[in-house]
Amino acid sequence: MIKVTYRDKHWEVPGHIAVRDLIIKVGLNPATVLAVRKNKLVLDSEVLGEDDEIKLIAVISGG
Amino acid sequence: MKCRKCNKAAVVNMRQHKLALCEAHFLEWLPEQTQRTIEKYHMFTPDDKILVAVSGGKDSLSAWDILLRLGYHADAMTLHLGIDEGIGYSDESHQYIERFIRGFYPNAVLHTVNVEDTYGLSISEVARKNDRGRGRPCAVCGLIKRHEMNRIAYELGYRVLVTGHNLDDEASVLWGNMLNWEIESLTRQSPVLPADRSGLVRKVKPLCRFYERDVAAYAFLRGIEYVYEECPFSIGARSLRNKEVLNQMELDQPGLKQQFYIGFLNAKERGLFTTTDQVAVELYECERCGQPTSMPGLCAFCKLWSRPSEDRFDETITNDPNIIDAG
Repeated sequence: MIKVTYRDKHWEVPGHIAVRDLIIKVGLNPATVLAVRKNKLVLDSEVLGEDDEIKLIAVISGG
Repeated sequence: MKCRKCNKAAVVNMRQHKLALCEAHFLEWLPEQTQRTIEKYHMFTPDDKILVAVSGGKDSLSAWDILLRLGYHADAMTLHLGIDEGIGYSDESHQYIERFIRGFYPNAVLHTVNVEDTYGLSISEVARKNDRGRGRPCAVCGLIKRHEMNRIAYELGYRVLVTGHNLDDEASVLWGNMLNWEIESLTRQSPVLPADRSGLVRKVKPLCRFYERDVAAYAFLRGIEYVYEECPFSIGARSLRNKEVLNQMELDQPGLKQQFYIGFLNAKERGLFTTTDQVAVELYECERCGQPTSMPGLCAFCKLWSRPSEDRFDETITNDPNIIDAG
């Protein structure tokens, strides 16, 4: 399972899924987060493996 | 996916530009494009003394970093707003600015103004003591920031004030102004706000053509640490709701935000929302601070501090960042 973290939230998602689809699957918008694996940016199109750990970083600011 | 320039693995794919780049080429591309924006809108030249307004967020720190990398004489200013709300928000924001200076530019110049030390009340306090500010401090905060950024730049002799507004910020404002047909605000919205009145400095937004996500990617790849959490007062803010709507549409139609905002700028160049039939707004000089105001007497900012227990904001508050309303 892929381990996904976003702020204080955590999910586990079955592997072999593109980053973009994973972001949508956990209920977020790909336009609003960056995906990071092992401290490197990951493209939306990349298909993730079962053991990947992904950190999603919110990019929205303002108020 | 490969980098278009060198065929190495891409780390950023900008769908709106149909452009994928590796880390090294993305970190070159963003400053190059910033320079093109600076030139396209005649924002400033290498001879100008520039002041960057920094908050500790990704956009303003990236803007400062890019201008220094491009070789501009860019100092910075920050306002310590005194927002705590149990998480020490303003203190944390300031720490990120100091960390950025220590890590990247130890000789950079930063001017810090503490609102509470200067005026006797923090943003949170003045908002609480003001009827209009209760439960919605953003209007008070925006008013104070606009006034103080201009005052500090003007008093310190800077010709240009740079802010880190990105395309998502601008598209969000545009969306809000169009929903309400705020014609005067639409007429004024621009990457450059000229210093067309005494007491004002020129305000420019050199990152206005970049998606917020791409600025965040730049900050990440440069190793710029920034305040990650939203201002505690901004939860539910209209600008954030507008961004959410636009990003939802972007999901279905990549490039829509860019088309919306850049299309607006292009349409303005062709005559949409021009000033030909605009009635010139008569402005007065605030009796206390001298900044332009829409009514004789004190401007809204100065009234804010002179009568903090009363509601000094009326419906004349504007989105125009160059005008301090009388209130």
